[in-house]
Amino acid sequence: MILLTCPWCGQRNSSEFSYAGNVAGRPDPDQATPREWRDYLYLRDNTHGWVTERWYHRAGCRQFFVVERDTVTDQTRDPRAGTVSLNAAEPPTAEPPANQGAP
Amino acid sequence: MTTSRLGPQPGEVIDRNAPLTFRWNGRAFPACQGDTIISALAAAGERVFSRSFKYHRPRGLLTGSYLDPGCTVQVGDEPNVRGAHRLVAEGMNVRSQNTWPSLRFDVKAANQLAGAFLPAGFYYKTFIRPQRLWPAYSSVLRRFSSGGVTSADSPHGYYDKRYAHPDVLVAGGGPAGMAAAVAAARAGARVLLVEEEHQLGGHLRWGSDTELAALRSLVAEVADCGSIEVLTDSVVIGRYDGNWVAVVQRGLTGVAERLVKARAGVLVVAAGLIERPYVFAGNDLPGVMLSTAARRLVNLYAVRPGARAVVLSANASGDAAAADLARAGVDVAHVADARRGEDILRAHGRGGLRGVELAGGRRIDCDLLVTATGWTAPMTLLTMAGDRPVYSSRAARFVPGAGLGSGPLADVLAVGGIAGDGSLDELVAHASATGAEAARRALGGGSAGPAGAVPVLGVPALGVAEHPELFHGGTHGFVDFCEDVSSKDLRTAVQEGYDSAELAKRYTTATMGPTQGKLEAVNVIAILAELTGRTIAETGTTTWRPPYAPVTLGALAGRVFEPVRYSPMQPWHEAHGARPLVAGAWIRPDHYGDPEGEARRVRSAVGLIDVTPIGKLDLRGPDVPKLLNLLYVNKWSQLGVGRVRYGVMCAEDGVVLDDGVTGRLGEQHYLMSTTSSGAEAVAQWAENWL
Repeated sequence: MILLTCPWCGQRNSSEFSYAGNVAGRPDPDQATPREWRDYLYLRDNTHGWVTERWYHRAGCRQFFVVERDTVTDQTRDPRAGTVSLNAAEPPTAEPPANQGAP
Repeated sequence: MTTSRLGPQPGEVIDRNAPLTFRWNGRAFPACQGDTIISALAAAGERVFSRSFKYHRPRGLLTGSYLDPGCTVQVGDEPNVRGAHRLVAEGMNVRSQNTWPSLRFDVKAANQLAGAFLPAGFYYKTFIRPQRLWPAYSSVLRRFSSGGVTSADSPHGYYDKRYAHPDVLVAGGGPAGMAAAVAAARAGARVLLVEEEHQLGGHLRWGSDTELAALRSLVAEVADCGSIEVLTDSVVIGRYDGNWVAVVQRGLTGVAERLVKARAGVLVVAAGLIERPYVFAGNDLPGVMLSTAARRLVNLYAVRPGARAVVLSANASGDAAAADLARAGVDVAHVADARRGEDILRAHGRGGLRGVELAGGRRIDCDLLVTATGWTAPMTLLTMAGDRPVYSSRAARFVPGAGLGSGPLADVLAVGGIAGDGSLDELVAHASATGAEAARRALGGGSAGPAGAVPVLGVPALGVAEHPELFHGGTHGFVDFCEDVSSKDLRTAVQEGYDSAELAKRYTTATMGPTQGKLEAVNVIAILAELTGRTIAETGTTTWRPPYAPVTLGALAGRVFEPVRYSPMQPWHEAHGARPLVAGAWIRPDHYGDPEGEARRVRSAVGLIDVTPIGKLDLRGPDVPKLLNLLYVNKWSQLGVGRVRYGVMCAEDGVVLDDGVTGRLGEQHYLMSTTSSGAEAVAQWAENWL
């Protein structure tokens, strides 16, 4: 089981989180064609390498956050810091960052 | 009952002052505290413990360890107990499995005569047509299936779970594992040392006086380290991402099994080596056993394994077994030295070994044949971590790949026999240095980052010793003892085109039994390689998958920690005859005995409902209507203070997610209700838009 670093709670088992999908641009629902909306809902790139994902700390602070993850090695990094934390013990940041917004 | 119990042995693990009695197929047998079921039976002169899977051939002791395929028995209402591992307890009721009417005379042994109809892949070829007869075939075939008997009346055991966070987890408590654990602990690490058997020590336990002295000193060193927690009768069954390591702990009082979920800083694999059986005609006869099995019987349990023996030896373990047997009063008729080209052709006997035919044609009467033809390195944990072991023809076994201990595998190290060969001192020195390095990495002293290889500081290199490549003799014999797959079946599979390791495995079911390849995988690959004219390296291996050892579903499920929620009004509901309804984590009244009448009253007059379990979200702020417009399909901008409105919630794909009533309590204050079971999902969905 991989470890994820919640920006508020620190390092936890990934089983505490639920995956909320790749960060993808949300088309304006009033303007989007049915095809564009379908693509937004269902079509995903199966990226080999770094992806930007949203996770929800379901069994913890119940906040969403954004993390970058390498789909090959499962290394993760904080997109703000650009640092790699390969499951290395890392204290949670003292100041919780500003809430990562909705897509 | 003839006794085969020897006088006291220096390394014996039995307590002769604590005699026990247990039952085997209805008869009372004596045992000592510390005896396994099989060692106690062997001490009483028993040699047949089960019937084989397909042909119902009599089977005896082969490895004398947890893996032993012929030693699976039923204990009370517990099926498939590993009899060469489970300790005898007073009054235990042990029976043989899958035998009818008895172990001694098994009707289904007729399958041996019908062997021609049970070739490789027989279930793909026979009993298929006509299809309408399949129910009849299936009910007959089920009677022939292997395994013990379960009872619906068995009480549900108490299973447990535990989390652990060791800096260093050492898988295997032999000399190398103990040395690595001690070195890691002395370097400041908290260590979890996991050993499959009942005592630490590995092969030292059945070794010479020097080895027993080394064992005592290592065990004392482990005990002196306050920061080593030792789990015996426990197995590491899997290694997952981020060194998430699953350990199953057995033999506990009052707990059937405990699953330990450990997040280890560094995993040190010290799994040792498993002795490999030799393939020849009659290799499954009771009385044919591995050198480590014979040495265990003599040295741990003080049991004489036979009266007259032939030993086929290709290594020091075979030589030591011959010496042990001679010391135990066994007449060692012949030691065939495989290093000088000697070999055995076949074993003779019915129901038990009667004689051995050497490669030259000479026949020797004996009731014991001990083989020492090589080792299998149990690579499971390393391959689960991503290592790709390579075959060394010099050592006649697989060795870890070059990437272990560096790069993405910087947090997995190997010590002991799985890593290489050497004298006991060399192996211990290598393990100590590796243990110290493991502690350094786990405690953050090294840059165990993913970038680049991390040099293993000050760890002496281990080479591999030369060992003859011995897999099979000049005759066909059993390759997989669990599944009754012979080298002839492998030949059939190759002839029919199933010539890759993975295909031949599935077609013949070789390596698919309870030992999962630990005894037979290398022989299977070697024989396939020979049949297809490839090298062992080209043939490759089948995939080692978790769990490494069998684990009960109870241990995986563990205890139930699901919360149950009741309304504060629950006593009132019960007093009024409420029938319970499960709604998520809540128990709420479904109705009070007359659902139709209650529904009619609500329609025609008035009803009261306890909405305690309904989810409630307190929403405050100037933009609450904006949020509500995103969540519900209807518009919320015009809701006045003191008013409520019903709303339907859809996900972005238009599927209804939840519904409920939301009221406006103040200028910027709203209270949203959700369904009882949907509260968590709605809270997440609302959070998603914030």
